[in-house]
Amino acid sequence: MNARIAYIASNTFREAVRDRVLYNLIAFAVLLSAAAIFIGQISIEIERLVVINLGLTAVSLFGVVIAIFVGIGLVSKEIEKRTLYTVLSRPVRRWEFIVGKFFGLAGTLVVNTFFMAIGVFGALLYVAHRFSSGDSSILIALYFIILEFLIVCALALLFSSFSSPLLSAIFAFSLFVIGSFADDLRGFATLTHGLTRWIATGAAYIVPNFSTLNVISAAAHQQAISWQLVAENTLYAVFYAAMALSGAILIFERRNLK
Amino acid sequence: MSARKKTTIIAAACLLVSLSGSILIAQHVERIRPHDIVDDALYITSSKMVRRASLGFDGLMACIYWTRAVQYFGHRHFIRERSYNELGPLLEITTALDPHLLPAYQFGATFLAPAPPNGAGQPERAVELMYYGIEHNPENWRLYYDLGFVYYTELHDYKKAGEVFEEGSNVPGAHPFLKVLAASMAEHAQDFSTARLLWSAAYQSSQDTSIRQNALEHLRAIQVDEDVTNLQNAVTRFVQANRRLPTSLWEVVTAEHWQGLTVDPDGIPYELSFDGKVLVAHPDDFPFATLGLPPGYKPTPKFHTQG
Repeated sequence: MNARIAYIASNTFREAVRDRVLYNLIAFAVLLSAAAIFIGQISIEIERLVVINLGLTAVSLFGVVIAIFVGIGLVSKEIEKRTLYTVLSRPVRRWEFIVGKFFGLAGTLVVNTFFMAIGVFGALLYVAHRFSSGDSSILIALYFIILEFLIVCALALLFSSFSSPLLSAIFAFSLFVIGSFADDLRGFATLTHGLTRWIATGAAYIVPNFSTLNVISAAAHQQAISWQLVAENTLYAVFYAAMALSGAILIFERRNLK
Repeated sequence: MSARKKTTIIAAACLLVSLSGSILIAQHVERIRPHDIVDDALYITSSKMVRRASLGFDGLMACIYWTRAVQYFGHRHFIRERSYNELGPLLEITTALDPHLLPAYQFGATFLAPAPPNGAGQPERAVELMYYGIEHNPENWRLYYDLGFVYYTELHDYKKAGEVFEEGSNVPGAHPFLKVLAASMAEHAQDFSTARLLWSAAYQSSQDTSIRQNALEHLRAIQVDEDVTNLQNAVTRFVQANRRLPTSLWEVVTAEHWQGLTVDPDGIPYELSFDGKVLVAHPDDFPFATLGLPPGYKPTPKFHTQG
């Protein structure tokens, strides 16, 4: 990564921290502590499952919300405040600006996820009193959640490179929901015939496949997650994020900022 | 006092007053709302729909539905309702969302199978639930054990119970008592010793307090049923020998040359009714006992507090 990208990324991270993005950790801590303490009293034998399911779901949803709502403002806010002109008047290329913003937001989410992961493991220790080797799949689930964030960040940047913040948020969130049904979409495509089948299958593969990145249930049941899936999901997320980021760069390079 | 400070104090006071007011009104609204309609409603009955709505977070949704099932059963059991219309659908949604959620099968069958007031009185549905669980968790021998249990205790299908125990005993890592249970089903299904074996296994194989307490209650009830059967046989022998009813159980004890009065698991002697029936002194302390109960006695669902 060149120095200019690193500088923009670190500034994006600092700005997110200054915007109190990490305050969501407080809500997360309260949610998890309450669940760990109260679920044992109102349910039967699922304390551990709830801590993992609720913890990882919250990590994922909080992160996606941050990725979308911070991501959509990364470009538009700079244009609105006219700080973008100051940045671009220096020897910074437009693509470097986009890539720097992406890494800054991704870094914020990784830091956020790191603290949330500490919370999840803390709550798990509280309810289960000890860790077992099967709990290592929680780390893989967290890694997949970070991969999910990379895709959502890139999509938010893509939409914000040509649309208003409100529309970008709607587009990004819609794509997140559609991507959660990716398996179903592929299933529907197989039910159709001819040209419709080609179009449906194409559409099913264009939307991000978030369902393959969701292994929360498997982690909760301490099921082993294959290293092949880890490798392929990593490649998938890198390719998809790179694709969305390339789209964002292409659009932003041609955007008239006057 | 500065204007800013004054505003802060007034705003803080307004906040506290409004907060208290809203809580009080909310409490009042809670009291006047018809609760039963809300409690008994299951808005989405399709597990597929719930799965879609969960956006892939079906594990968490399963935990929520399982907690709802527990609360639904617990609440209705507590208020001594005899109908549990939503329990089956709640358990089906829970297990469809997470087929590996084992407590939903183990406890769900316990909620569904027993006749009211101890359960929903739906043993067939409990059996369906357990088969679904076994289909998705074939490596778990406990599910076979729980299924056999339903066949034995609720459906009294000892042949089927034996088959299920036998099948479960073939699962790698299965507890050896499954083999013993399978053999007992074939020869002595209706014996007290078999029932005792079954509930002792339930007690020993679980770490869960409620399961162990339930097993303990059943073991106490089996003891009562066995004692009452033995005493009643002794009373019959006394009648045959003396052509009259005994005036008390002491007469029976003397005739049988026993050491003393037989006592229930709480150490209280059994009683003899005027028509020669052996009765337990405090039937409420043995909610699962089937013998020795006064005529017209209706069991109160409760668990004994002392192990």
